[in-house]
Amino acid sequence: MLVEQIMTRDVVTLAPDNTLQEALDISRRHRLRHLPVVKDGFLVGLISDRDLRAAAPSSLDQAGDNSILCDVRVEQLMVNEVITAHPLDFAEDAASQIYKHFIGCLPVVSQNKLVGIVTERDVLRTLVEMMGVNAPTSRIEVEVPDKSGMLAQISDLLRARRINTSAVMVFPGGKEGYKTIVFRIRTMDPRGFIQDIEAAGYRVKMHPCAVTDGEV
Amino acid sequence: MAGNGNSAFVYSDAFTRYKFTEDHPFNPKRLEMTLDLIRTLDLLDPGQIVTPRPATFEELARVHDPRYLEAVIAASAADADPDDFARWGLGTEDTPIFTGMHDATSLIAGGTLVAAELVMSGAARHALNMAGGLHHARRAEASGFCVYNDIAVAIAYLRETYGARVAYIDTDAHHGDGVQWIFYEDPDVLTLSLHETGKYLYPGTGEIVERGEGRGYGYSLNVPLEAFTEDDSWMNAMRSVVIPTLQKFAPDIIIHQNGCDAHHYDPLTHLSATTRIYREMPQVTRMLAEELCDGRLVAVGGGGYDIWRVVPRAWTMLWAELNGDPLPERVPDAWLSRWQSESPDPLPAHFIDPPGSFEPIPRRAIIEEKNEITVRRVLNGTPLLF
Ligand SMILES: [Zn+2]
Repeated sequence: MLVEQIMTRDVVTLAPDNTLQEALDISRRHRLRHLPVVKDGFLVGLISDRDLRAAAPSSLDQAGDNSILCDVRVEQLMVNEVITAHPLDFAEDAASQIYKHFIGCLPVVSQNKLVGIVTERDVLRTLVEMMGVNAPTSRIEVEVPDKSGMLAQISDLLRARRINTSAVMVFPGGKEGYKTIVFRIRTMDPRGFIQDIEAAGYRVKMHPCAVTDGEV
Repeated sequence: MAGNGNSAFVYSDAFTRYKFTEDHPFNPKRLEMTLDLIRTLDLLDPGQIVTPRPATFEELARVHDPRYLEAVIAASAADADPDDFARWGLGTEDTPIFTGMHDATSLIAGGTLVAAELVMSGAARHALNMAGGLHHARRAEASGFCVYNDIAVAIAYLRETYGARVAYIDTDAHHGDGVQWIFYEDPDVLTLSLHETGKYLYPGTGEIVERGEGRGYGYSLNVPLEAFTEDDSWMNAMRSVVIPTLQKFAPDIIIHQNGCDAHHYDPLTHLSATTRIYREMPQVTRMLAEELCDGRLVAVGGGGYDIWRVVPRAWTMLWAELNGDPLPERVPDAWLSRWQSESPDPLPAHFIDPPGSFEPIPRRAIIEEKNEITVRRVLNGTPLLF
């Protein structure tokens, strides 16, 4: 999946000469945590609602002077060095950038112009969809030897039963020389599939059908 | 002797045409066996039986995409090719296509509509459609053995015709996802589902955080319980959540889906309940209906895949409760001898599984603790209650 498939295209932006008060109003009205600052379509900075709130006087201070918010312009507070993504980056690369740099969003830039934004939430939503959680499924974990062809062998069992798969994930197994394949399959009755797996000599782990009572 | 006579039993032999294949777990023989048990006990006056009518295209289209309805109609033809219907969730191992599928499933949806109509108009105090309860069907997709969502069709009718506030209680072992998603943004339909957690079990949803969206926020409730949950923990969870939320919601009518697949014997789920919960749960919803909405209660069936040892007893207890009839302790010998030869397992002789019928679950304490935490989190996060 590419960044262009998960990004928001309709980005709410600020101009460098907007005041902090205007920026605060916009971030509240649209409930946005990050606002790219754009001049002639080019990304020139980024400002977060946290920076804006930090600049505003405390709401507890009755005598708080709001005039500073109306006097200071966005370009005086914004971050200039923005980490960005490209529309053709992989979604997982965007996730990794957000994670590594402790940031909440990535403006998406193409030919120097801002074309979209990817937030933590977009990445999480994509992850949830990739894990197949949004479709009705049963979840089964299978332990297989760590060698080639294992996924194909189990997939053959699914094909034989006309069961559609919503997601497959492969993890290193807990045991040396094994790995775990997690299937989310679109059936309410996985009994036959579980039997097929066991008959083929593999172990179903972490499924209540395959354990003693109360041991999950 | 039938009880107060003011409960309706919506039934037609044609309900048994909702049948996928000979060895499919959703087996309509359970309806025949249950009706036979009810009749053997003399709990049904012929005057109480109401014949269903098929739901019309327009009635179904209140909740289903017309293109999906057209697809089901096309898939019902004798020469239909299953591969043509995959995008609608049809022709799979779960929901194979079969000849006459549209007629069979429309009749079930019509049955639940008739039940809702009878209760809301005051013609009957309670009504039961055992064949109903197809709670997984989605707006444009068959899912989990369900083609049309009879419950959602009935709720949409109640909303449109009476402007009624509807409380939907789902105690099937599987999450009542179809009904939940269809009314996810509607604050006048409270959907409350108690089920085995979706960690492993189909459909995988029904997490606490699914609470509705937009104006419907707070009007979807989910109580996902641990695998191997037993009677006491299940009933505690049900009472703790259902009673205060319904009292606060103040519905005009209650619809209770009575899938009985949380039983220890059920082959598709991993809960460890006994038949005791199938006597106690309808008592709770009936009591709430009396207290909150002039008794208006529609009951439907649902899952239940041990058709021999569980379903007939569970739904006979359900009908007896709706009808205000006492039940004997023992299942009549005449019924046992009629069905025993067909059953692969010995048929239980008591309605309530006697104590000690099943081994206690080794991790009972930790499972109960986890369920109590779940209930607390559900209640704490329900804006309706504050
Ligand atoms: Zn079920």
